[in-house]
Amino acid sequence: MSAKGEIRVENVTKEFGGVTAVKNVDLMIETGTYCCMLGPSGCGKTTLLRMIAGHETPSSGRILLGGKDVTTTPTGKRGTALMFQNYALFPHLSVADNVAFSLKVAGVGAADRRERAMAMLKRVQLAHLSDRVPAQLSGGQQQRVALARALVTNPQVLLLDEPLSALDEFLRLRMRTELKRLQSELGITFVHVTHTQPEAIALADQVVIMDHGTVEQAAHPREIYDRPHSPYVARFMGGQNVLFGTVEARRNDAIVVVDPAGNRFTVPVLSGFNNRAQVALAVRRDAIRIRDDAGDADNAIRGEVSSVEYQGTFVKVALRTAQKDEFLVYQNESDYFAQPRAAGEFVTAVWDARRNVLLAGANNSSGDPIGE
Amino acid sequence: MQSSGRKRRASFYLLAGFFCAFVLFLYAPMIAVFVLSFQGPAGGMTFPLRGASTYWFSDLVTSSRYGDLGGAFWRSLALAGASTVLTAVICFFAGLAFRRRFPGSGIVFYLVILSLVVPGLLLSFGIGEMFQLLGLPLHWLVSGLGAHLSWTLPFGLLIMFAVLSRFDGAWEEAARDAGASAAQILLYVTLQILFPGLIAVALFGFTLSYDEFPRSLLTLGASNSLPIEIANMTSSVTTPALYAIGSLTTALSLAVIVGAFAGISVIRRHREAS
Repeated sequence: MSAKGEIRVENVTKEFGGVTAVKNVDLMIETGTYCCMLGPSGCGKTTLLRMIAGHETPSSGRILLGGKDVTTTPTGKRGTALMFQNYALFPHLSVADNVAFSLKVAGVGAADRRERAMAMLKRVQLAHLSDRVPAQLSGGQQQRVALARALVTNPQVLLLDEPLSALDEFLRLRMRTELKRLQSELGITFVHVTHTQPEAIALADQVVIMDHGTVEQAAHPREIYDRPHSPYVARFMGGQNVLFGTVEARRNDAIVVVDPAGNRFTVPVLSGFNNRAQVALAVRRDAIRIRDDAGDADNAIRGEVSSVEYQGTFVKVALRTAQKDEFLVYQNESDYFAQPRAAGEFVTAVWDARRNVLLAGANNSSGDPIGE
Repeated sequence: MQSSGRKRRASFYLLAGFFCAFVLFLYAPMIAVFVLSFQGPAGGMTFPLRGASTYWFSDLVTSSRYGDLGGAFWRSLALAGASTVLTAVICFFAGLAFRRRFPGSGIVFYLVILSLVVPGLLLSFGIGEMFQLLGLPLHWLVSGLGAHLSWTLPFGLLIMFAVLSRFDGAWEEAARDAGASAAQILLYVTLQILFPGLIAVALFGFTLSYDEFPRSLLTLGASNSLPIEIANMTSSVTTPALYAIGSLTTALSLAVIVGAFAGISVIRRHREAS
């Protein structure tokens, strides 16, 4: 018997009049997980969330909650609660009545539902505003009401559709912490849709990266950051340079990849590769050092400094190289100021062979919904 | 007074003069009718006033010169009441239906607009003719009500569209997510949020029906509505009683409108109350 908050998505496809929003998605979210679905707008993450919530029915495939097939179970009867992007609070009801709404339609008595709504409002520190209407609340307060309204039915799965996108930067960071605290207190499954990568990294036990209706990679954020599956994932998560080249030779547990400009990268691999195969690899930008010249060393790339940006804790140095993508180095602040570089200077970026990560997936999109 | 000392241009005075003339044109006749309805018993249909009294108001009730004025008034009120309720109910559901594109929604919409464009008198004539053709008797609450609805429904629907443009479908989704049934969503969420707008729709249904003349002319059968009765009186009655009717009907319309707006603002205030 599966735990109650476990979500299993089996080969789910959703089409809207000829447009495939979600394509053959398989996904397993363990109970009690904080899962973030991440991707550019139009990648299908919201559609997938809405199918789990029961607001859309898959064109094919199955969705199981706690081991029970709920593919066609109506929303509100499957143990999920959805927090809407713009909260969708009922404008004609007080805060307390908003929170108590699901209890009212379930036939709970007035005194009982008032009591339960107040208890939930206390939990989100809004009990003193229970008689206000939503129009009188700030964005942050509305968000808490929406949260309380979703949680009042004791759902096994809480689904959050871009819950922080309507808040300003300061509130976003505060609510982020609060969401995480609430999730660990309640111990239920949270599925949180977002398009901002720092939000996902900060919150999630499991990040699901989507693109064009498919799941690119689903893993712990650290795993995704360290071992991105494809050029798309590496670019979308950020902090990585993506390099392309051709396999020239095999050396112990590594392959030698040569780019068109003749730079050699030794990439650790588990299985064999055909010579001449085209491959992509990623290098973390904070694992790269800048030298005047590295001679003929492997795992180095020469380029012209195109811009320098001071970022407080580090300095972002951009290089123009023979590679398609801009090559960025996040240089330690003290390293940079020991030998500052100016735009137009030619330098060599070097890194350790162990930092090379082979990108097995083929998805090479930029992660930018427009610039493709 | 202008403290800035800036001189106003000639165009300001020209436009201000035009505006005043417009206001005078709009309200002076109404005010004149209102004042003249309090004409003394010996007074005529024009100024000057010969004493002030409520004689012509009581004359309306007591005298038999005016035909079935009371009956016409109650018929008009009942007709307007039926139009109000039907317009509000039908436009509410029609507006909700038009949120989605259903097969033939475009055609239905243009048919609705068509009944707004067709000349009322022509429609009235057509309805009268059709009832005769079918061998059905004309009756103010059957053919009359139908004719009025052909006028109030398109207006009501257009207002409903405006009302719905500020309605967020996510509210209904949120209710469904909370486990509400279709009937509960309609009753607790959709209807309640749209209610102030629905009052506006109903109000239009009332006023458009209450003073409708062309569409009533050939569809009411044996008994008349108030506008037709008054129109008939203008050619036969030559006393200020005519003005008294004008004052009374205007007062009633005003009371309905003020009541509706008061209702809307009470609901608004309740929703924004601290």
